[in-house]
Amino acid sequence: MAALQRFGLPVFAAVMLALPALPLPDFWITQLNYIGLYAIVSLGLVLLTGVAGLTSFGQAAFVGVGAYTAAFLATKMGVSPWITLFVGVGLSVLVALVLGAITLRMSGHYLPLATIAWGLTIYYTMSNMEWLGKYDGILGVPPITLGGISLGSGRGIYVLIWLFALAGAVAVTHLLDSRPGRAIRALKTGTTMAEAMGISTLRYKIIAFVLAAVLASVSGWLFAHFQRTVNPSPFGLNKGIEYLFMAVLGGVGHVWGAFVGAGVVKLIEDQLQVLLPKLIGTSGNFEIIVFGLVLVAVLKYAPNGLWTFVTGWLPRRDRVRNWADAPRLPARDKPVRGTPLLEVDAVRKEFGGLVAVNDVSFNMNAGDIYGLIGPNGAGKSTTFNLITGVLSLTRGQVRFAGQRIDGLPSRAIARRGMSRTFQHVKMIPEMTVLENVALGGYLRSSSGAVRAMLRLDRAEEKQLFAEAEAQLQRIGMAEQMHELAGNLALGPQRLMEIARALCTDPSLLLLDEPAAGLRHKEKQALAAVLRQLKAEGLSILLVEHDMDFVMGLVDRIVVMEFGTRLIEGTPQEVQASPAVRAAYLGTEH
Amino acid sequence: MDLSIASILALDGATNGAIYALLALATVLVFAVTRVIFIPQGEFVAFGALTLAVLQLGQVPGTVWFLLVLAGAAAIGELVQGLRHRRAAKRIALQLLRVLAYPVAISLVTIWAAPKNFPLLVQALLTLALVTPFGPLIYRLAYESLADATVLVLLIVSVGVHFTLTGLGLFFFGAEGFRNPSFWDARFNVGPLTFSGQTLIIFMASVALIISLWLFFERSLYGKALRATAVNRLGARLMGISSDSAGRLTFTMAAFIGALSGLLIGPTTTVFYDSGFLIGLKGFVAAVFAGLASYPQALLGALVVGLLESFGSFWASAFKEVIVFSSIIPVLLWRSLTDPHGEEH
Repeated sequence: MAALQRFGLPVFAAVMLALPALPLPDFWITQLNYIGLYAIVSLGLVLLTGVAGLTSFGQAAFVGVGAYTAAFLATKMGVSPWITLFVGVGLSVLVALVLGAITLRMSGHYLPLATIAWGLTIYYTMSNMEWLGKYDGILGVPPITLGGISLGSGRGIYVLIWLFALAGAVAVTHLLDSRPGRAIRALKTGTTMAEAMGISTLRYKIIAFVLAAVLASVSGWLFAHFQRTVNPSPFGLNKGIEYLFMAVLGGVGHVWGAFVGAGVVKLIEDQLQVLLPKLIGTSGNFEIIVFGLVLVAVLKYAPNGLWTFVTGWLPRRDRVRNWADAPRLPARDKPVRGTPLLEVDAVRKEFGGLVAVNDVSFNMNAGDIYGLIGPNGAGKSTTFNLITGVLSLTRGQVRFAGQRIDGLPSRAIARRGMSRTFQHVKMIPEMTVLENVALGGYLRSSSGAVRAMLRLDRAEEKQLFAEAEAQLQRIGMAEQMHELAGNLALGPQRLMEIARALCTDPSLLLLDEPAAGLRHKEKQALAAVLRQLKAEGLSILLVEHDMDFVMGLVDRIVVMEFGTRLIEGTPQEVQASPAVRAAYLGTEH
Repeated sequence: MDLSIASILALDGATNGAIYALLALATVLVFAVTRVIFIPQGEFVAFGALTLAVLQLGQVPGTVWFLLVLAGAAAIGELVQGLRHRRAAKRIALQLLRVLAYPVAISLVTIWAAPKNFPLLVQALLTLALVTPFGPLIYRLAYESLADATVLVLLIVSVGVHFTLTGLGLFFFGAEGFRNPSFWDARFNVGPLTFSGQTLIIFMASVALIISLWLFFERSLYGKALRATAVNRLGARLMGISSDSAGRLTFTMAAFIGALSGLLIGPTTTVFYDSGFLIGLKGFVAAVFAGLASYPQALLGALVVGLLESFGSFWASAFKEVIVFSSIIPVLLWRSLTDPHGEEH
């Protein structure tokens, strides 16, 4: 089994590339050409839909951009195909950037809506432009030549198509297992956590969309030189939907699902186009009935697609631990113990008429552990969200290490050395514990998508994993690092969040109910860890309900009730305060 | 262009805009209550127009068999579910009856009525009665068990439903296009403008429907229940409003509005089995103008779409679709600049 996983890809690639040398009928070579072309487009949708949780119905339009650019420049202006490839890709990137920048700031469904409009627009433009040949399209596209060899035959272009398809698959696989890849994988579960780790989610949404557009455009370029003619019909909205269907059917979220989906759809489509008209008695586009039904059925009963039936058979392999001697990531200078670290000055949050946080102020010094306590609904988590920039302030100021941070987005605050966990654990369940924690190291590393696809990021990856493992070790979770995060119990998930926050190398750590869901022993272990962190000079602000846990740990406590600060003091002062007792236990009348 | 051409174009645009407005309202309604971005809304338009056209010929429309197929599929679904949950035979039978009774009854009525060549108005009512049950059946078959899925999954399901309905539309109605007779042949001249009776009917029907929708949402308990579901599904459920029945009711209304739009648009253009898609998408563009949320903005958006289309076809007739659909981009830009935070549902 392990051998299959290790050698699966090289063997598959070798077989696919060797096929045209075998006496295979031309018909099958043509089929495989189409499958390769479709797989390249679906690969983009795997990245966009399966991984990033966005979608596009306009991929066929990007294919059209690539194909028409190639055909027009080659026939009308005699430009070499190797140049038109880049022109087509450039145009697609431009369109994707514009569409992405406009729609991706808003909720996720505006991108698909915009791509529907884009798909229709480009289709009608191609169909009506005199210089693009209207509905007839452009005929007589020259073949691609490579070193004097013409790739005009089906077998000739086959090799090129499959080289691009396999290279695309490898590049996307590499990307998904990298710093930018983890950022893209974080998009699907919402943006709050990723932003708190310093990731610009808009940037990665746009990157995913642009990459999908590039893949589609390359497929279009190959398509034009394979068919040797282009016309608008294969680039319509229906085809765009069909590409999405391939990705969903094959297993959106799995690179090889794109190939499975493209293959199954192409082969079944051919069968249906022969079979259905015979069955029904008239000719027509009846296969879309089956496609539609299968699409709905897949989403209902097998939302992870066909490829999961394959991966279900394969054992999951632990990541090879090759980072033992990696140099440590650079660490920031910590503020000097006793200097002012966090100054919260009359912060206020109103939701409509409700004042959730009412002019709360407190100051904390570097090296302290502060506890924020109060009954349910007192506004503790909201205060946290105001400090970390997850929510915007209605009024008030927050200074961190002397600088104003109110009004900054949470990723800018993270960059200044503040890191946090969440009351409801936010993680990527299908990534391992180690990978989730490595997400915290995002701001301490720099590799981008292109470096990742070319595997130029491996040295930095080792550093990231070494750091992630070190933080897991610190929190006592090193032996669970290869576990899928979604398989952990709630307690360990919370600990994993702390490790992820530590991985950002913070000078202030904000923990939102870290002990909730932990067993007694685990709580004691956590308290020990927090004390050790304090000894190492880290400052901690925590929200917690467990009084024993808080009282034995913190230096000072802020008590909140109904959005206002009730009292601030040492644990002893707070315990002695009649106001606090009244807040928690009620008063006698 | 002089004023008279401009006013004719404006009237034309406003007429089509009135129909897009109905479709936009249906789209906003469906999205608000069920979070489904209902791409196949336009299919009801085509089904409505084609059903009436076939009834005009004195034949039984394919809609009948189409409806029976859907009802049969829903009944099988109920049966499987009933058996799986080991429900009592009587309860299963009652449930099947509930699913099948209306579709079978209206189908029988249609088969009886089709050759009798009843007046146009009767056939129009029959068409509405025949197309409207498509809504709840489609909701039941495609969306109900996915009610808690993400907007994205529901959107992809919508696309699958659109594929299926278009293909089945071709099967049941054939590839031939139809143009319906006008409901009212009168003509009125006001200055340079000629109002046809059909134009007036379109405006009156749209206004009547909008007013009755307003009354429904403001004054009736069902309407308020739908609004509650739109605001907060869980909260509404805790108050005893079933989100399944809210979804079915919404889809019933969407199908009714779609079929009515089909009746209205039928005499002004030739309708094919797949014409509904583009018509529906124009209503959709109007709904996106409104951020899929505001009814008055959707009305305004529909008017803009109608005008863009009529003036667009005068200036550059080949590019009228390009103009209409690319107009969505500046609108989205404006939306994203004014209200960028629409994150995380």
